[in-house]
Amino acid sequence: MRLFDGFKFTKIKTPIHLLDPRSKLVLLCVIFILSILFSNLLLFSVIFIVQIPMILLAKSFKRWIFSLRGGAFFALLIFLANFITGSTLTFSLTMMFRFLVLISSFSFFFMTTSPDDLGLALEEMHIPYALCFTFTTAVRLVPTMAIEAQTIMDAQRSRGLELDKGNLFKRIRNYMPILIPLIVLAIKRSIELAEALESRAFDVSKKRVSYIILKLRSIDYCVIIIALFFLILGFYSYFFITLPNLECNIRLAEILPWKLW
Amino acid sequence: MITIENLYFTYPNGKEILHGIDWEIEEGEFIAIMGENGGGKTTLVKHLNGLLKPTHGKVLIDGIDTKKSSVASLSRKVGLVFQNPEHQLFCETAKDEILFSLKNFGFNEKIAKKRIKKILEILNLTRYSDISPFMLSGGERKRLALASVLAWDPKYIILDEPTIGQDHDQKSKLGNFIKQLNSQGKTVIIVTHDVEFVAETKPKIVLLSRGKIIATGSCTDILTDKKILDEASLLMPQISILINMLSNLRVEQKIVDVFEAKKILEKFLR
Amino acid sequence: MNPLLAQIEIENLHFTYAGTQSPSLQEINLTIEKGDFIILTGPSGCGKTTLCRCLNGLIPNFYNGDFEGTIKILGMDTRNRQISELARSVGFVFQNPENQLFSLSVERDIAFGPENLGLQREEIKKRVEWALRVTGTENLRDYAPYELSGGQQQRVAIASVLAMRPEIIVLDEPTSFLDPKASNDLLMTISKLNDELGITLILVEHRLDLASKYAKRVLIMNEGRILLDGPPTKAYNEDVYLIGVGIPKVSLLFHLLRKDGIQIKKIPVDISEAVQLLERKMK
Repeated sequence: MRLFDGFKFTKIKTPIHLLDPRSKLVLLCVIFILSILFSNLLLFSVIFIVQIPMILLAKSFKRWIFSLRGGAFFALLIFLANFITGSTLTFSLTMMFRFLVLISSFSFFFMTTSPDDLGLALEEMHIPYALCFTFTTAVRLVPTMAIEAQTIMDAQRSRGLELDKGNLFKRIRNYMPILIPLIVLAIKRSIELAEALESRAFDVSKKRVSYIILKLRSIDYCVIIIALFFLILGFYSYFFITLPNLECNIRLAEILPWKLW
Repeated sequence: MITIENLYFTYPNGKEILHGIDWEIEEGEFIAIMGENGGGKTTLVKHLNGLLKPTHGKVLIDGIDTKKSSVASLSRKVGLVFQNPEHQLFCETAKDEILFSLKNFGFNEKIAKKRIKKILEILNLTRYSDISPFMLSGGERKRLALASVLAWDPKYIILDEPTIGQDHDQKSKLGNFIKQLNSQGKTVIIVTHDVEFVAETKPKIVLLSRGKIIATGSCTDILTDKKILDEASLLMPQISILINMLSNLRVEQKIVDVFEAKKILEKFLR
Repeated sequence: MNPLLAQIEIENLHFTYAGTQSPSLQEINLTIEKGDFIILTGPSGCGKTTLCRCLNGLIPNFYNGDFEGTIKILGMDTRNRQISELARSVGFVFQNPENQLFSLSVERDIAFGPENLGLQREEIKKRVEWALRVTGTENLRDYAPYELSGGQQQRVAIASVLAMRPEIIVLDEPTSFLDPKASNDLLMTISKLNDELGITLILVEHRLDLASKYAKRVLIMNEGRILLDGPPTKAYNEDVYLIGVGIPKVSLLFHLLRKDGIQIKKIPVDISEAVQLLERKMK
């Protein structure tokens, strides 16, 4: 549940929160593209570290750590999957860091951007309103469903269900009493939401006016320009420059005292 | 006996909900925990089966510290019926729903079958035995949820807001059933803000406001004390307000119940 | 009844939900006039919610089933109109505040309806301010709905519906999840809508002790039919408490006195009326 905290938007007035969602979206996309384009441990470490002052400015450091902790399991899995099958230490760490960079940047984005604003941004980028609304509603419902999942777990535990006992198979089976009510309630909620929407004249085929419009300020333009600058720099170096890297070509076979391969 | 000693509880998000609760519940009591929404009622009862553990202080169920026990072992004695049955229904048939709880507590098939049959009869649900719980109406689901908890025969039964969504008839039947359970020796605790329901069933009342117990007492004492009810965001039962407003009546007793009011008024009107 | 004032005309309505055997509504004949304040009540499963859904077009346009008879809302036949059209005239406040508030701020939520109507931005702003003022929620405008108490959420839901300026508002058990004080406050706000703004209200309520003093008309339903239709005094005069309708305790008291042979001419609907009647009798 703490993992969800790392992606939940909280309304605080920080310079990061007040940035237009579009500038943050550009920043996120640039980080995303650079992470996929490159396989450079040094670069990933730099991108990761660069996020830290921004997170601190956004007063969301503690919760950002939650998202990292939540992703730690998979990060470790990625590292081991690579290292055990014979890749170098550097490569395995690179793959792991790429995952961490992605998770941390998404967490940073969602913590500082309200789903409503994000929806507005998507709308102004001319994405069909139905899609924007579906997206923002889905995001808005994540914390609601997390609370509901917790209530369901409490209710089933009160009937004697023990979620942390038994072998792996038993534990997975024990989650059925959690999943089924969760899904049923999600469907019920969707129906209630749909009823309420209809009752407020929601109709995607009709023209719609937005009460609030987003305005890009000079700081937003600065952020966008800086982000795009790094993107262009990235593309340039990808094709023409070899970036320095932290090399450590140790493989697992070399450090194990016995021969597996 | 349930003992609550100097209980403080703070949620992970930093909000302290319970600020020092001291309370003892004896076996066989019938108690209503009342108070405003958000005042800590549900948080408090979640401590009684170990779902929440105290931040400070302790909760003892028959002498066992809840911090040192699992929810499953405490639930064997303390049955908590949640407000919304849809948070727990997931089986294919109503009887499977009850079987689930019994299996968790280690009852074997034979005994379980007997208990299921009995509890369905008691709660008037036998005809739904092989029907999916999702096909039942709201009131029937609430009864099924109650049945699935009563099936394992806990000593202490806690009902969280049992009257929400029920019509007058259903509430009346529920009230009678609860009184019956209590007369059979079960300790029954209801969490509610339904003043009229409490006036009819007459449990002992514990008023919880802003995380503290502000009053405990008999039903008639508490429900006629406007000042203390105000603090807990509750209204006096209509009958009590009526009797208060009849200035020429010098009524000694405290009246919360329609039938008692009728007796008193008949004397004056004849 | 003055036909010129009729806002809702239901003739011979029968409705069975798709996939069910028994009808949820049978032979409903009902006329609701402009400015009416109606309490709709009855035991669980009597068809109250089903009838409400008919009033804004959710039935037959959202819920499928066997639909017979006609419903006209302000002259419009609900079978020929989309819900979004009818929503301009009939607002609906649901039981659970959580699933009817869409935005992350109260202000934006109230603007949601008018936005859907395609109104100009200045008009939307005017309506949002007005709705905030009428419901007394101006100081909540920047809060997120999940930060509010149940009572505040319901008031925001009402404001959101109000901003569409409907002539009729249907409220389905809006006090269900609220504690007694919050319920009382909410019902007072609701009565203002009828009293001061002249909006026609249909309120589904179980808490008749709190709501009766505001209503002009009570509809008691049972098993899909309308059993009783009349002013509260008439409705509570009958033995409806026998079918499970939770009439106010003071009304029940008088019924019991009458049963025991005391001469009772009128059954009161609220405390002040009961006090008057009793004091008169005891002189």
